Amino acid sequence: MSTQNRFNWQKAIQLGGIAGLIGVLIALVGMVESFDHRDIVAGAISMGWTMLLLTVLVAAYFSASHQPSKSFSLVASGITGFIFSLVMSLLAFLIENLDLRQILVNASPNLLKILTLENGIPNGLISLIVISTIFGILGGALYILPAKIRKAISLGLGMVAFLGLMEDIIQVTIASTGSGNSAIGWMFGRGTQSGLSIIGAIVVFGVVIGGNLLWGTNAPKINAQVSKMPPNRQRSLRILGYGLILLVVLYLPVVLGLYLTEVVNVTGLFILMGLGLNIVVGFAGLLDLGYVAFYAIGAYTVGVLTSLSGQLSTAFEWNFWWALPVSIFICVMAGVVLGIPVLNMRGDYLAIVTLGFGEIIRILALSDFLKPHIGGSQGIVNIPPPDFLGVLLNKPQTLYYLIVAGCILALFVSQRLRDSRLGRSWKAMREDEDVAQAMGINLVATKLLAFATGAAFSGLSGTILAVKLGTIYPHSFALLISINVLSLIIVGGMGSIPGVFIGGLLLAGMPELLREFAEYRLLIYGALLVVMMQVRPEGFWPEETHKREFHEDAPDVTPVQEAA
Amino acid sequence: MNKRLLALLSLLVIASMALAACGGGAPAAAAYECTDAIGCVTVAPGDPIHIAYALTVSGATASLGEDSKGAIEIAIADRGGELLGHPIELTGEDTLCSAEGGQAAGTKLSADATIVGIIGTNCSGEARAAMPLISQAGMVMISPSNTNPDLTNPDHPDSHPGYFRTAHNDLFQGRIAAEFAYNELGVRKAATIHDGSPYAESLQKVFADVFRELGGEVTAQEAINVGDTDMGPVLTTIAAGAPELIYFPIFEPEGPLVASKAKEISGLENAILMGADGLFADTFPETTGSAAVGMYLSGPYVDVNNSAYGEFLAKWADQIGGVPPSGFHAHAYDATNMLLNAIEQVAVVGEDGTVNIPRQALRDALYGLKGYAGLTGNLTCDANGDCATGEALGVFKLSQAEVDGAWPPPVFWQP
Amino acid sequence: MQSLKRFSWTDIFMWIVGATLLLLIVIGSTLTLQQGKYTTVQWFDLAVFGLAQGSVYALIALGYTLVYGILRMINFAHSEIFMSGAYLGYFVATSMQRNGFLQENPLLGIVLIFLTAMTTSAILAVILERIAYRPLRGAPRLVPLITAIGASFFLQYTFRGLFGTQNRAYPEIDYIRGAIPLFGDFQIQKIQLVVIIAAAVMMASLAFFVQYTKTGKAMRAVSEDKNVAALMGIDVDKIIVRTFVLGASLAGAAGVLYCFMFRIVTFYMGFIPGLKAFTAAVLGGIGNPPGAMLGGLFLGIFESLGPTLFLDGLGIPAPYQLKDVIAFTMLVMILIFRPTGILGERLSKTKA
Repeated sequence: MSTQNRFNWQKAIQLGGIAGLIGVLIALVGMVESFDHRDIVAGAISMGWTMLLLTVLVAAYFSASHQPSKSFSLVASGITGFIFSLVMSLLAFLIENLDLRQILVNASPNLLKILTLENGIPNGLISLIVISTIFGILGGALYILPAKIRKAISLGLGMVAFLGLMEDIIQVTIASTGSGNSAIGWMFGRGTQSGLSIIGAIVVFGVVIGGNLLWGTNAPKINAQVSKMPPNRQRSLRILGYGLILLVVLYLPVVLGLYLTEVVNVTGLFILMGLGLNIVVGFAGLLDLGYVAFYAIGAYTVGVLTSLSGQLSTAFEWNFWWALPVSIFICVMAGVVLGIPVLNMRGDYLAIVTLGFGEIIRILALSDFLKPHIGGSQGIVNIPPPDFLGVLLNKPQTLYYLIVAGCILALFVSQRLRDSRLGRSWKAMREDEDVAQAMGINLVATKLLAFATGAAFSGLSGTILAVKLGTIYPHSFALLISINVLSLIIVGGMGSIPGVFIGGLLLAGMPELLREFAEYRLLIYGALLVVMMQVRPEGFWPEETHKREFHEDAPDVTPVQEAA
Repeated sequence: MNKRLLALLSLLVIASMALAACGGGAPAAAAYECTDAIGCVTVAPGDPIHIAYALTVSGATASLGEDSKGAIEIAIADRGGELLGHPIELTGEDTLCSAEGGQAAGTKLSADATIVGIIGTNCSGEARAAMPLISQAGMVMISPSNTNPDLTNPDHPDSHPGYFRTAHNDLFQGRIAAEFAYNELGVRKAATIHDGSPYAESLQKVFADVFRELGGEVTAQEAINVGDTDMGPVLTTIAAGAPELIYFPIFEPEGPLVASKAKEISGLENAILMGADGLFADTFPETTGSAAVGMYLSGPYVDVNNSAYGEFLAKWADQIGGVPPSGFHAHAYDATNMLLNAIEQVAVVGEDGTVNIPRQALRDALYGLKGYAGLTGNLTCDANGDCATGEALGVFKLSQAEVDGAWPPPVFWQP
Repeated sequence: MQSLKRFSWTDIFMWIVGATLLLLIVIGSTLTLQQGKYTTVQWFDLAVFGLAQGSVYALIALGYTLVYGILRMINFAHSEIFMSGAYLGYFVATSMQRNGFLQENPLLGIVLIFLTAMTTSAILAVILERIAYRPLRGAPRLVPLITAIGASFFLQYTFRGLFGTQNRAYPEIDYIRGAIPLFGDFQIQKIQLVVIIAAAVMMASLAFFVQYTKTGKAMRAVSEDKNVAALMGIDVDKIIVRTFVLGASLAGAAGVLYCFMFRIVTFYMGFIPGLKAFTAAVLGGIGNPPGAMLGGLFLGIFESLGPTLFLDGLGIPAPYQLKDVIAFTMLVMILIFRPTGILGERLSKTKA
């Protein structure tokens, strides 16, 4: 930072070292080895290596950004890549010569083989160094390219990686629509291979780049044309748009097939809960860590009321549609009852007490004490699927409509509440309770209404979960769910309704799609939360008031013009 | 606003194009006429025969899943990774030992029409949620370790066609443990502890019921929570009833905690400790330490002197390393072999090497399985899908040798 | 504000709930004691179990409360800091066990285990503070909370990846095993005594440290008002790091004590004690170190005695399953009637 035009050695080496440490961590945690057989591009590059090279690429990119001139950038990124490979070589060397496996279970000879490309220590390490340095320079090259091309290339690479990852799901989904694998077979690896084929990767990369560049040049024109239209034309266009969305939503399960619909369903349940918690935390500012309690109460109510198992003390054996309103009513009452004790608590006291409520509900559900009535650890089995006008909602594709209906209802209610008098009271309370009270807002009623509404949405979600699974166990209502829902609304943007959908897709949908990562899921989840909070703490789609809060230095009135 | 609208429109266009593309594909002409009631799997020359696992390979129960998974891999490797001239492809899903995980995995697997059969699940709750879809998709699923009786009870809605298991059910194991305690050890007063898992709760219930039936007294049926560490209080409470035996069919790490604490509680110094197959793992004696000496475990029994089993363990050490981490590997190995044999039996091989596997015929072949000599004994499947022999169950006694690292322990008693 | 609040229906509701619960506790306890099922020795044992467990909770709770006092954030990852110390301590302990060092010099060995664990925890906490928390100074309250939750997952599963999933056990150290007879039938396990005494010593030295040393005084100043403290020439960042180090070392030591008692180390071992310790910190009055100690001991004893004492007499099966219900219900009750914990919070009036 001292002089403007000097080569920034320190940064280049430092970033290389950090990248190296991250690489070592990725390797030692076991990801490189586990994903070695999983190819992104069949026969060319495995997922394990993709992760390592991505680390180099990103580090080199940042390294390049710290240099004063383009040529310096290239050199610096090369150095970063080189340092990275040195750290990795050190790891390889240590694995070769010491028995690290005693402590670090993944420091296996197999990892060594992968790192050295099966070429042994001297030769393999040289190729490791060469590859890393080249990728470092590529990262630097990416930096000095014009923004438009850089974006296209990154998108292209991202798409190849994404399709490579999703290969099995895509193939299965397309196969299930009836046309067989032949139409798209060439894109993917053959036989036991996984990932895209090399031709497939090239085609995807090319198409994405071409499409992106084309879009980049034409989008402003189309936009300008649309905004030039008279207002009533624009409105009808918008209505047409909504109509088309509705059509897509209705048609979606047919396109997505069995499994992807299931993913959408799981995401939908979380979005439903997120919309509810968004009212409690996002609108009213009440930090609730025990939100899962209402999910559990909803599920258990409908379970007890409709189960046909005959194992519980009272066999109601109601129809789902009768049980549904009862279940939601009970959740609302639970919201009020659990809300009263915490009326006077603020901030973190509220958090720990609500967390306690969540645990109390789960443990009671699990206990032998209540086993005769709600099944204890054996859960409630044989919950029949709902029957909607003769259609049994027992498949992902049919349940989908129930969940979508729930989401649309919740969406509508939260949108209307947000803009209502109550919604403004919530926001006032969130910003300052004392002032809100001074302005004549009845805190007791306002808080309890927030808890009750939130509980209703969560209860609805739980109710649907019960009929979706057909069996409910207390283990399904762990603290993790509360945390996940809270993270979801924060990642999406607190208090923002579209944010809930984005958060739901990212934190509930993606993990479900990336089931392969099973054992690394929570690791990645944790790392992403940390990074996200550093880089974009206001969430992906922040609510206006919140956005301002996060950028208090910025002038209030400037409209934020996002780049296309 | 406009930008978003535009993005949406283009999305729609792309979606409809994709749809059109999908719809337009020409159906592949098949020479083989499939007459099976629930369809066939056609494997073109060079394509793999696809089987899958649905096991709990992550989380606290990972050792159970890893144990089964290793056995499946060995069974496939035994055939050189090939069946009827096609490579065998094994893919898998993590079921997380929860109903949600089971349903998600089951949905994903049942969506893939190339899958012929599935080995799984580990936990019974997973099977309840997964099986309806898998059954509907026409696949078969053989579980190495589901022990809940409902799953093969034809009167229960959670039993589905296409479901088989090589594991013994809880009714059987709980009874054996109770009979062993009452008849062999001469115990008259026993206490049980479960950890809130459906498996442990049901097992201790069967144990307690049978023990009472035999004339014994159950002094306490206590419970702990998963994640508890201080077992002192609960054991002190149990000590008030002065039981001669404590039966705790739970898992690690709570099991070792109960066992090692029990020895320190006044009144329980001499109580006999007994666990079940949830603790039947090589890590248990090691983590329990000296308190494990003299403890009994009921669990799947495979005669170590059985040469086939010895070979299996050698293959494990060679291909996977170490010893199997849990007790159901032999069941998983048998399950895989049963599946592969049945496929061989019913598959129709075309002239060009195309293999057609009729699904109902595959199910029928498994229902009709008689006297298959597996590692866990001679397996015969009944009409409900129960293939466990009951032979493959025993009670083991741990000694200092196991604490020092020997595994598996010698069998102590067999019904 | 609180005192001026008018009496409302919600208060009546809460008083009724509180009175009902109290009544249940009294009836349950009376019935249990009347049954005479448990001997005095057993009650004593239960109390000692609770005390030992509570001491560990208290040590971890101190870390939460110290950080909370200064940064107003729940450091959810503190439970992983506790775990990391115990985990690394395990490797040292087993290697010393294997070469016989631990059997020959048990005292020195134990000190080494403590040192390893405390250092590991402290280093991890410093890294965590530097990478994850420091950039978030001044961010809205939920942001550090979510970061901490994320960091907690990350650390837990990193340990899982690095060291494997299997449960591992500390070696059995004969030096601290066995029971010490007291009067009559009463006896106490050596290890429990060690835990209680070690925890007491550490807590006392912490109290001394915070009260009398220069750093301690600076810590109190920073927790009172960061800006003024900075004006007084205190390096706020440095003091925050030291607070993290202090809290983490206590957590590392707690980890070792915990493993001396229970022996088993797993990657998820921190979660539940961490949750309990945080409850204890709130129970005692958050930001208040003596409160955290008291809260920890209180929680430990209630968990140990509560289920038998309150529930057994009411004929509730498997009372120990419900011990967390008792713990959390007690927390709620105490916070309703004493909204800032048993000893009251010690936070500055300025809002975080």
